[in-house]
Amino acid sequence: MAEDIKVIVFKLGSEEYGIEVEKVQTIERMMPITRVPKTYSFIKGVINLRGVVIPVIDLRGRFGIEEAEHTDQTRVIIVSVNEMEVGFIVDSANDVIDLNRDSIDTPPDVVGGIKAKYLDGVAKIGEERLLIMLNLSEVLNKAEIVQLESLEG
Amino acid sequence: MDMNQYLSMFIDESNDHLQSLNESMMGLEANPEDLSIVQVIFRSAHTLKGMAATMGFEDLASLTHQMENVLDLVRNNKLRMQDFIFDTLFKSLDALESMVEDITRGGEGKADVSAIVSSLQAIVRGEVPAAGGAGAGAATPAAQAAETPIHLDEFQFSVLEQSIQEGHQVLYVDVTIRKDCQLKAVRAYMVFDLLERSGEVVKSFPSVQDIEQEKFDQSFSLYYITQKTADQIQAMIMNLSEIDKVTAVALDQESLKMLGQESAAAVSEVAATAVETKPASAPAPVASAKPMPTKDEGNKPGTAKAGGAPSRTIRVDIERLDVLMNLFSELLIDRVRLEQLASEVQNGDLTETVEHMGRVSGDLQNIVMKLRMVPVDTVFNRFPRMIRDLAKSLDKKVDLIITGAETELDRTVIDEIGDPLVHLLRNAVDHGIESIADRVAAGKPETGTVHLRAFHSGNHVFIEIEEDGTGIYPEKVLKSAVKKGVITQEQAANMSDEAAYQLLFAPGFSTAEVISDVSGRGVGLDVVKAKISSLGGHVTIYSSPGKGTNFSVQLPLTLSIIAAMLIRLGSEKYAIPLSSIVETGIVKNTQIRTIHGNKMLEFRNSHIPLVSLSRIFSVPDYDESTEEETEIVVVRKGERLVALAVQDFIGQNEIVIKNLGKYLPDIQGISGATILGDGQVALIIDPNAFIK
Repeated sequence: MAEDIKVIVFKLGSEEYGIEVEKVQTIERMMPITRVPKTYSFIKGVINLRGVVIPVIDLRGRFGIEEAEHTDQTRVIIVSVNEMEVGFIVDSANDVIDLNRDSIDTPPDVVGGIKAKYLDGVAKIGEERLLIMLNLSEVLNKAEIVQLESLEG
Repeated sequence: MDMNQYLSMFIDESNDHLQSLNESMMGLEANPEDLSIVQVIFRSAHTLKGMAATMGFEDLASLTHQMENVLDLVRNNKLRMQDFIFDTLFKSLDALESMVEDITRGGEGKADVSAIVSSLQAIVRGEVPAAGGAGAGAATPAAQAAETPIHLDEFQFSVLEQSIQEGHQVLYVDVTIRKDCQLKAVRAYMVFDLLERSGEVVKSFPSVQDIEQEKFDQSFSLYYITQKTADQIQAMIMNLSEIDKVTAVALDQESLKMLGQESAAAVSEVAATAVETKPASAPAPVASAKPMPTKDEGNKPGTAKAGGAPSRTIRVDIERLDVLMNLFSELLIDRVRLEQLASEVQNGDLTETVEHMGRVSGDLQNIVMKLRMVPVDTVFNRFPRMIRDLAKSLDKKVDLIITGAETELDRTVIDEIGDPLVHLLRNAVDHGIESIADRVAAGKPETGTVHLRAFHSGNHVFIEIEEDGTGIYPEKVLKSAVKKGVITQEQAANMSDEAAYQLLFAPGFSTAEVISDVSGRGVGLDVVKAKISSLGGHVTIYSSPGKGTNFSVQLPLTLSIIAAMLIRLGSEKYAIPLSSIVETGIVKNTQIRTIHGNKMLEFRNSHIPLVSLSRIFSVPDYDESTEEETEIVVVRKGERLVALAVQDFIGQNEIVIKNLGKYLPDIQGISGATILGDGQVALIIDPNAFIK
């Protein structure tokens, strides 16, 4: 029997995503962002998180989903992976659930338009809910971004 | 007992001692008759030995011990310092240094030093390669009055008296060591060690410290409390090798009293020395009676401490200072915010309080900054030794003159600047200073001079390395550069001398005909430049052919708080470091000319480029081209100027530099970020990026 993990659940559009709680430092409401010129379009800029300057990524932009207006529900999830601190802008984040590792299946090729390598797997919760587990190191993999950019260029 | 917690302290202190040993040794070399320097060296070496032994680094301790033996002879006028002795001692220091380095890297500090040890021992034996060791046989100047019984202070007397009352044996032991004994102190230690196994040594003459330092002739005496008889003790000690004679006399209360009275006259004197040689609070005098701190004594690292002036400084982990610095920068941000609020609220009391807080935090900031400031001396102090060795190996005569060693720099800068300076200095000695023959031929004094200077100027510290050597010939540099394909023939033809000198910093460039093992001028200079640039500094070369060269390194005072001009571009705010701003101003659109498609501006009788920040940063809501007048900030990199077009000046502010984190790629023109009083993040512009 595999262990239980705690997962932060957030939404992008109609999809629900999960990040392991250990990798999340805090979840913040939307705050003023200082634009950083000459970077990728999905990097919205930097914020002041209690004295630390942290870059913020629009996760929709990162996954190539059309960006949305920010609302009351919009949240910034601050994650820390490989000594990098980064904020993710998500549509909403309001749930923490326990998940058994066994219930996470390998990801299908395409889920909601996101490339499979960004995903750790898909978990089924209850009857109808599907939770997409993110592979943070891949999401934050810069080498891959450079490649992407040069292809587009 | 886990010694690891003392390890970093040990490493720091060992390095300090090694440094001071090196320095003193250099001083002694310049002034061989000054025995007071020998004393200093001896003390340092002794402390080092004690520390090493306490920490269990036996090789380190034993090599230091051998050095001590040599130094002791010198100190007692039995040996005159000579070149070969200096060389051996310097070699020993190098060996010690590499051992400490090994320990720093997590090693055990082991090294094969048998060659050095045997030459040190040869020196002690008086086996001098050349004549001159005649003094070795001379008698000890201060032949110690070993015959007189030891003076006891009141406390020791009562201890002995009590012991006799309790039925213990109190012995007066006199030990004479054979004349040909190599390591008297070690023998003495063995005697003490033996005695301590079956009793307590209450007092010895000479003092334990002196014995340990071999400050005794052939014999020493002591008071000893034991259960064994005098004969047994005598036999025990005689069993040790190299012991000439032992007399042990059992004392009864009466004979003790007699001794006590005898010493009464000298009590005051003795009391003074007793306090000096023993920790005042020691529960029993026995506590200090171990001649050498040994491994199993490791739980008392303090015992290895030498006397001398109590230190008025403490060592602080640099990380703690970083935390303090971070906290302080938070405070600074809040202060600016408070000032802003107060100016909006317009309440007299509030304004006053905020102003006061501003002053206090200003002072605090100075102190916090100063905590991180370290004199460049900590880097400079290893250079005299390096230059000495270098000059010797190259067979040149070089004087190194250091000025401004007290100039302070941020710790982070100090840590990084050592290697580039080593490189530049080696360069100066190897390629700058000519051989003695060449110097004479050129009509210069035989001895070349290398100046190493540090001084403050504005917000910067300058470190200059200037020699009176051959100088750099621009034609030679250019020729070499063309040959190596660094530049083309045409480029070379149009190059100024100054630009030619800068070529020395090009990667893989060397003007040296033969690259020596020390350095090749140009080989690695690119690394020097890269390092200095990464610290936010510059290197400039001035040279007059035939007369010498000056490498001038400009460094920022600190890397974390700077004064900056805040500017506005539409809704965005940016900070420009004040240190690179020449001036600010307003220009009319009619003053802007276009040359080769680039916007230029007439500025002080020359034309400088006008750079549109809004265009480069693609600012969404501002474009200066629509305005009649444009505010400009003229920034400088070396001699070159560029005007940056901005919308508004917000004002001058102290800002705390924050980095942008690992995730963001390097952004051209942005060197970091800061947090403004209102909590917003502003990006810091790197003006150097706009000047090609």
